[in-house]
Amino acid sequence: MSNYWYYLLVMFLTTYLIRVLPFTIFTKKIKSRFINDFLAYVPYAVLASMTIPAIIFSTDTIVSAFAALLVAIVLAYRGCSLIVVALSSSATVLVVDLVMSLFFSCL
Amino acid sequence: MNKGFARGFKDGIPIGLGYLAVSFSFGIMGIKYGLNIWQTVLISMTNLTSAGQFAGIGIMSAAGSYLEMFIAQLVINLRYALMSIALSQKVDGKFKTPFRALLGHFVTDEIFGVAVSRDFEITPKYFFGLAVAPYVGWSLGTLLGAVSGDLLPAKLCTALSVSLYGMFVAIVVPPMKKQKNVTIVVVIAIVISCIIYFQPLVEISTGFSVIISAVTASAIGAWLFPSGRALTSAEKEGETNE
Repeated sequence: MSNYWYYLLVMFLTTYLIRVLPFTIFTKKIKSRFINDFLAYVPYAVLASMTIPAIIFSTDTIVSAFAALLVAIVLAYRGCSLIVVALSSSATVLVVDLVMSLFFSCL
Repeated sequence: MNKGFARGFKDGIPIGLGYLAVSFSFGIMGIKYGLNIWQTVLISMTNLTSAGQFAGIGIMSAAGSYLEMFIAQLVINLRYALMSIALSQKVDGKFKTPFRALLGHFVTDEIFGVAVSRDFEITPKYFFGLAVAPYVGWSLGTLLGAVSGDLLPAKLCTALSVSLYGMFVAIVVPPMKKQKNVTIVVVIAIVISCIIYFQPLVEISTGFSVIISAVTASAIGAWLFPSGRALTSAEKEGETNE
């Protein structure tokens, strides 16, 4: 598409400036205890709200999504590495969805 | 060395592998939406966002306006502004403006999550190292996905895309285990996120939903647990909070 480059430019600039402007503006340590505490929670609050409820509807069946979430939580709780947790949740989805489709196709 | 490039690179490898898997599905979607391989890969290389990229190619193929593209990217990616501010508190004195202008491009959910969970201040070399594998993984995965197109069964793509959420869980759960206050903030964020999702009153986009949930939950956490003091299980039994 001929407009691709313009779209790309808009996407790139918007995303880039959102990341870089705050990063370059906030150079000093923030003194406020409240704001520091607040910022410390942000990453976990962001990732948590991005995961739930979105993960539940991201697979073919809700069952496999819940199973994947459970597997991920258990493995993460037990200290498994990022990649093990990530790929295990993917594997869980595959297995559970496969079992579900086999089960229902036999009815 | 153990706060430098090599350590950063090592910490980034799991993210890179996860990105390889997840960007694969983006590569496939790009082709499906009518882009060619290099257009798709270029989007990944210049954006490094998952949700934003998927939204972007949707808008491209629907011939949406540039304003619509801008607003969509702004809303979906606004959380990175919050992360950049949080990250700015975690970096050491060497992280001057030129480094920030260049390396800021790599503030992604996972890279940010790993960087802020380190028990040392982040140096430019560490952050750059951290970003290498994810960047290569994200770009390469997109390329592989775009090239292999429809070869991969849909079920496999769906399963691979869940690895993104798996990564989020891997970043969020360990601190929850160590600190009850983090657990409480996470639960609040999830509750708000679900309320927003399931309420019938007004349609709120993912971007805004994440911001509302995260800001509210984090503010409540900072208010309930001043000085960021960790609540151990023992303390929780006896003490009341201020």
